[in-house]
Amino acid sequence: MDFKDSPAQAEFRHKVRQWLQANAPADNTLSRGGMESDEAMREGREWQARIYDAGWACLTWPKEYGGQGLTAIEQVIWSQEVAKFSTRDGFFAIGIGNCGPAIMLYGSDQQKQSLLPRMARADDIWCQLFSEPGAGSDVAGLKTRADKDGDSWKINGQKIWTSQAQYADYGVILTRTDPTLPKHKGLTMFFVDMKQPGVEVRPIKQADGGQAFNEVFFNDAVVPDVQRLGELNGGWGVALAVLMNERLAIGSVAPNGWPEYWDMIRKLELDGKPALEDSEVRRRTADWYVKNAGLKNAQARMLSAVANGGVPGAEASLGKLVGASMCQDISAYALDLFAEMGVCADEQMALMQAQFQKAYLYAPGLRVAGGTDEVMRNIIAEQVLGLPADVRVDKGVPFNEIKAGNIRQ
Amino acid sequence: MNFEFSEEQKLVQQQARQFLTEQSPLSVVREVLERDASQVRIHEDVWQGIVKLGWPGVAIDEQYGGLGMGYLELCVLAEELGRSLAPTPFSSTVYLAAEALLLAGTEAQKERWLPAIATGGLVAGLAFVEATNGIAGQALNMRWQDGGLQGRKTPVFDAEMAQLLVVSAINEAGEPGFYLLETDQPSVRCESLTSIDPTRSIAAVEFSKAAADPMRQDLDFAATMGVIQDRAAVLFAFEQLGGAQACLEMATDYTRQRYAFGRPIASFQALKHKMADMFVAIELARSNAYYGAWSLSTGSDDLTEAACVARLSASDAYYQCSKENMQAHGGMGYTWELDCHLYYRRAQHLASVLGRQAYWKDRLIAEVA
Ligand SMILES: Cc1cc2nc3c(=O)[nH]c(=O)nc-3n(C[C@H](O)[C@H](O)[C@H](O)COP(=O)(O)OP(=O)(O)OC[C@H]3O[C@@H](n4cnc5c(N)ncnc54)[C@H](O)[C@@H]3O)c2cc1C
Repeated sequence: MDFKDSPAQAEFRHKVRQWLQANAPADNTLSRGGMESDEAMREGREWQARIYDAGWACLTWPKEYGGQGLTAIEQVIWSQEVAKFSTRDGFFAIGIGNCGPAIMLYGSDQQKQSLLPRMARADDIWCQLFSEPGAGSDVAGLKTRADKDGDSWKINGQKIWTSQAQYADYGVILTRTDPTLPKHKGLTMFFVDMKQPGVEVRPIKQADGGQAFNEVFFNDAVVPDVQRLGELNGGWGVALAVLMNERLAIGSVAPNGWPEYWDMIRKLELDGKPALEDSEVRRRTADWYVKNAGLKNAQARMLSAVANGGVPGAEASLGKLVGASMCQDISAYALDLFAEMGVCADEQMALMQAQFQKAYLYAPGLRVAGGTDEVMRNIIAEQVLGLPADVRVDKGVPFNEIKAGNIRQ
Repeated sequence: MNFEFSEEQKLVQQQARQFLTEQSPLSVVREVLERDASQVRIHEDVWQGIVKLGWPGVAIDEQYGGLGMGYLELCVLAEELGRSLAPTPFSSTVYLAAEALLLAGTEAQKERWLPAIATGGLVAGLAFVEATNGIAGQALNMRWQDGGLQGRKTPVFDAEMAQLLVVSAINEAGEPGFYLLETDQPSVRCESLTSIDPTRSIAAVEFSKAAADPMRQDLDFAATMGVIQDRAAVLFAFEQLGGAQACLEMATDYTRQRYAFGRPIASFQALKHKMADMFVAIELARSNAYYGAWSLSTGSDDLTEAACVARLSASDAYYQCSKENMQAHGGMGYTWELDCHLYYRRAQHLASVLGRQAYWKDRLIAEVA
């Protein structure tokens, strides 16, 4: 075991740092959770193209597909270093982190060559079309149909909460191809052209006022069979592989509020004295320091397991589970420290306050996106600890006989 | 001992709920939420309706034009106001300014202003806080000089509509005191700010030699300040309680009718326990708030202790219930369209209006140890 860099890793870190110092803005004022605006999207695309052109994008992907053929360790080193700068790194976590592996694992060679480098440079934006109004935690309960039509499929139905769909060129979509089979058995995965006539995207305004996710309606949208990912009715297996990558991808960029808090708390004064001289503040801060260290170190362990040839296991869930609530609590605490000024949301007047308010308002989204806290705990309990599964009332029942979604009495 | 509200008080509560359900439904709150930056975030019609019902004067003595019903009735109204999220200047006018007037006003000031609050629809507020100095801050920068006030207070709640402000300031001898000021003068400049809860009005107020009247000179400033805070803490606790309760009801309603994995999500223990925990937090907060109400209404000498426990548990309960209500709604809970975030925002707003939690914790232990 070695938590310190090997000479080769240290050399890599040094190069990353040098490049970042020359190319990335240093202030820590960018709110990392904010993904709402066209402006953020433009910055995200710009940054992604820049790191791609300089050879820092998608480090673990093979060179022929736009990556660098490096290991997860280098990816972590990159993430650790870039986190010290104010960039939009990780802005395409869902496209690159989830859709990327889906194409990598199940796409044809020709698809990989034509699609992946453009994805890695954010020349094309990708979205993940899994959740539906009646199927989120229970995503296998989805209803969007794909019906065979010659060499193609016709897609009909509605997806929801689709991040970045309003910008997307492509989407990876999970559909129902046989509603008479039990729910996990009749699903098939495709990737779909989002710019075609049968696809309509309507933005949804979020609780924090931003607009990063959408409803997507499919009306006879066409997908050629060559864009099927995996076997017919084998979509659940593909989804699991993708979701596992999502947990890892989100875990590595999920804001937990710590860098912003640590920055702030060392500058804050309370009653004319440095806040860290207050013993309560000092100890609460230490608690979060410990939690953040645990997250960092757990992630390093997880990734070194992956680098040594393992696959990301269910334990990858813990990063997001811990980080999301931590972000919520840390921002609530920061706002409390600002006393009455904690309510003030004007950036000119109270930049620090406004920053933690943003975090307070996006944290609830983190606790739901990519699997809710409760679902994460179920995964840890059942898949990591091997505890007996919940009683499943829908097991083996044909899909079209299961109750789902909102049913008003 | 009787730890319940009386039948009459419950009737007041019912009537209040009915009025607010009809006149200040969440669609009204949303209308204020969606206003642009140039508009005041107070709903004039709802406020006028409240004034007509005489609520601002519920706890004000008949001698000063109020209904003289007492604090228990006011607590009951506060709970309903909190539950409805009504965007009105009620708390600033009634819990803060009217109480400050009662405690620190001269007889002439009380006779002049309390009736205007009780029945005249006068909006008033408290200007104590100076940005980095919380309500507890002793280091005042606001100056009283040559009959005028000089300085800046931020944030001042409902200042945009307030005609009257109670201001804390230091006089030429360096002594802190309270001053009463009418805002309708050019030397008072009010700059609107945005709250994390855009259904509440906050502002920064700049005073440049603004004309004001000194309030009672014979008071212990810190002690009076303490009583103003303690009373407000109890009343705000009822607002927080009302909001937390609304969150719990939203969560149980929603999870009962939403199905996943072939069953209502309310049947998953993870959610049942979450809602049971919300209930428990509310019950503890409710019990503490009732104790505070009793202490307030009887003028009991343990008001500080009661106010501290009421405030601390109500702030915790509202945070917990508002965030877990969002969580129980999944993706829906994170939409602008659903009302969950309105409570989550109000929870943070109310947790901050009377300064840091640490201040109340220290105050509690200093009182009881
Ligand atoms: C910011 C954000 C971005 C998102 N981006 C995308 C995206 O790009 N693509 C996409 O496909 N989806 C996306 N999602 C959707 C997300 O994956 C779902 O919202 C999430 O899985 C929850 O599903 P739901 O909203 O239907 O809630 P529900 O499943 O209805 O959950 C409601 C409540 O029930 C609880 N619950 C459900 N089942 C159980 C159980 N078995 N045991 C205990 N508790 C349970 C949940 O924990 C939650 O508290 C995004 C969501 C958010 C908030």
